[in-house]
Amino acid sequence: MKLPARLVAPVAAALVIAATACAPQTSDTGATRDEKAGTLRVWLFQEVANKPKERVVDAAVAAFEKRHEGADVQVEYIPVDARAQRVKAAFNDPASAPDVIEYGNTDTAGYVEDGGLADISAEFGAWADARDTDPTARASVTVDGKVYGAPLFVGVRALYYRTDVFRELGLEPPGTQAELIATAKKIRKARPELYGLAVGGAYTYGALPFLWAHGGELATRSGGSYTSAVDGPAARRGIAAYTSLFGDDNCPAATCASMGGNATVTAFASGKAAMAIGGDFSHAAVEAGAAKGKYAVVPLPGVAAGSIAPAFAGGNNLGVLRSSSHRTLAVDLVKSLAGKDAQRALFDAMGFLPTYTDVRAEAARKQPFVKPFIDTLAAGAKFVPASPAWGRIDASLVLPTMFQEVVSGRKDVAAASRDAAGKMNAAFSSAG
Amino acid sequence: MTHQPTAPGASAAPGRGAAHPGASAAVPPAPREAPGALPGPGGTAPPKRPPVPRGRERRGARRGGARAPGHGGWTPWLYLAPALAVLGALLVYPVYQLGLISLLEYTQAQVSGGRPTSFQGLGNYAALFRDPQFRQVLLATVVFAAACVVTTLAVGCALAVLLTRVRAVPRLALMLAALGAWATPAVTGSTVWVFLFDPDFGPVNRVLGLGDFSWTYGRYSAFALVLSEVVWCSFPFVMVTVYAGIRAVPAELLEAAALDGASTWRTWRSVTAPLLRPILLVVTIQSVIWDFKVFTQIYVMTGGGGIAGQNLVLNVYAYQKAFASSQYSLGSAIGVVMLLILLAVTLVHLRLVRRQGEEL
Repeated sequence: MKLPARLVAPVAAALVIAATACAPQTSDTGATRDEKAGTLRVWLFQEVANKPKERVVDAAVAAFEKRHEGADVQVEYIPVDARAQRVKAAFNDPASAPDVIEYGNTDTAGYVEDGGLADISAEFGAWADARDTDPTARASVTVDGKVYGAPLFVGVRALYYRTDVFRELGLEPPGTQAELIATAKKIRKARPELYGLAVGGAYTYGALPFLWAHGGELATRSGGSYTSAVDGPAARRGIAAYTSLFGDDNCPAATCASMGGNATVTAFASGKAAMAIGGDFSHAAVEAGAAKGKYAVVPLPGVAAGSIAPAFAGGNNLGVLRSSSHRTLAVDLVKSLAGKDAQRALFDAMGFLPTYTDVRAEAARKQPFVKPFIDTLAAGAKFVPASPAWGRIDASLVLPTMFQEVVSGRKDVAAASRDAAGKMNAAFSSAG
Repeated sequence: MTHQPTAPGASAAPGRGAAHPGASAAVPPAPREAPGALPGPGGTAPPKRPPVPRGRERRGARRGGARAPGHGGWTPWLYLAPALAVLGALLVYPVYQLGLISLLEYTQAQVSGGRPTSFQGLGNYAALFRDPQFRQVLLATVVFAAACVVTTLAVGCALAVLLTRVRAVPRLALMLAALGAWATPAVTGSTVWVFLFDPDFGPVNRVLGLGDFSWTYGRYSAFALVLSEVVWCSFPFVMVTVYAGIRAVPAELLEAAALDGASTWRTWRSVTAPLLRPILLVVTIQSVIWDFKVFTQIYVMTGGGGIAGQNLVLNVYAYQKAFASSQYSLGSAIGVVMLLILLAVTLVHLRLVRRQGEEL
């Protein structure tokens, strides 16, 4: 065996280098160039029925390419489930990252903290369309006073109810939250095979309107940092109201404690619930179920008669990546895709509620179905704390855990909300 | 697997405690080379590999040294270099990174350059062990994994023995059923099980007359449901491996035991099990590692950890607390803790087996 040792040395050296050279990677995502031609890459979410969305986008892109000689736009539709990994990967590897992304509005603060989104306050401020953007939508792209994108559409939830069941039992759509709870229990008593109001222990955005309607808040802001408020007296009343709906007299805890938003909507659509809290985006699912043609929608009532419970203002935004080497072009493309014309077309094609107050009013005239949702938005929708910690609070299921602890009888409202507030504050303080 | 090399000169281990001294004297050697390369889907490195090649290399080195002193010391390393390079790249380096990241503050903000990386020492570990939920999850994981391992081994071994005692057609049917369970992807299997036990639409509740009893509501019933699914999808590995081992047990031995009037249980305890010890050892370690790291079943069947996190196990906890919210350093710390626990369990298990007289 005369294979010489001088072959071994390089191998060993290579191993040593491989083992020592690699501290965890940190990428530099700031762009240094702003090219006025070339390829612009766009990531949009893949919807369940995506074709109509593609047509709207294609039209907007064609108009954009006509205006900008030499710009070539490539649109890719990414699965919603994989968005977190895709977007993180894009932040980590600027070379293969897109220039423009669509993102869920609860992710805004987290993406900004990650250093992924470009500050486009100046362009947004100078944009004519943006003057009609409703304040809640504007808040969903704003972090610390700076704007990091353009709202694309809003999603909001309201009360779906079965008209046939209400008629049969001689009930009226509830006008207050107390009436809502009483109605739900009345229905369950008369029709024990139905849930009165389908609720879910993991349905955070269905529960929040109760918390807000009683005057509670998720968190309060003072001097740039957030403090949890879910253990405040008003929030506790809201939590108690929501959790009172779990039980054999409405929605048995054994089945309802683990349900999320989709499960409650599915229960309603399949005819197993007389009421449910669903979004404008749930319309298609309900239409496809047994409840088709036998339901109506009203805003979710607040505490006082005639008031509307503040809803969570969900929705998606478009943003420009900080690493984009075509910043000017990318911002212009965002304006084309999220502008009034595109949103009008998107509503016609997909039913996504526009973020401009005037375009939304137009939409309500065209499609009476969306009126209760638009009324809900007009009454003032609310948003989650614009803190990078929200992503962590959401991912570690702090609020579902709180509701489930109460619903399953492990803790009372005071103890569960105190523990949840502790976890939220830990996340807020570590996020700075 | 059915034809294991049976090296001469085996210890009389199988004879210990046997009711038939005559039989045990004639005991042919234990199949000690057996589980060198089990086709486990986990791809876990067989724990007994290093000693064998090292012995051979040493011999080679000695001979090389006689002929060419000075170079001989390097020769075995040269042969080992490709394997070491692969192991280093695929095993050592990731573990090194895991350990390193667990000592840093490393979240998405650090990865994408929003904030600088900072050294935290053991801060992540301190935060972890201060969290009462982590301790509770750790305990639940250990108990749950132990229950899964014991049940899987019991079911797998029992069915392996059954396989040797039935005729070809039922054996084929049982094999196919087991392979079907084995081949089913974990997500699919879990989803189907959840549906089978669904309170509203599931056939199980209807057959048992349980009404709308929810299996996933109570902590223990949820764990029991997940345990059944885990056992269902991991017993085939045990069964097939042990069955192969049993087929390698010489028929004379079993015949002798039968002639001496040993019961099934007695034959298993005194003849088959001792001969199968190396196989059982590997199967046990595999099961411990798999069941300790169970993720999919809990995640899918209990909706990410059950009502208020009652069914969390370490892997799901790590995912939820750390990776879903991009706290990679905390997740790495959990990973390191899991690694150390598994190493400790495996080492203790190996020592116990060794003390009982089996060399590895």
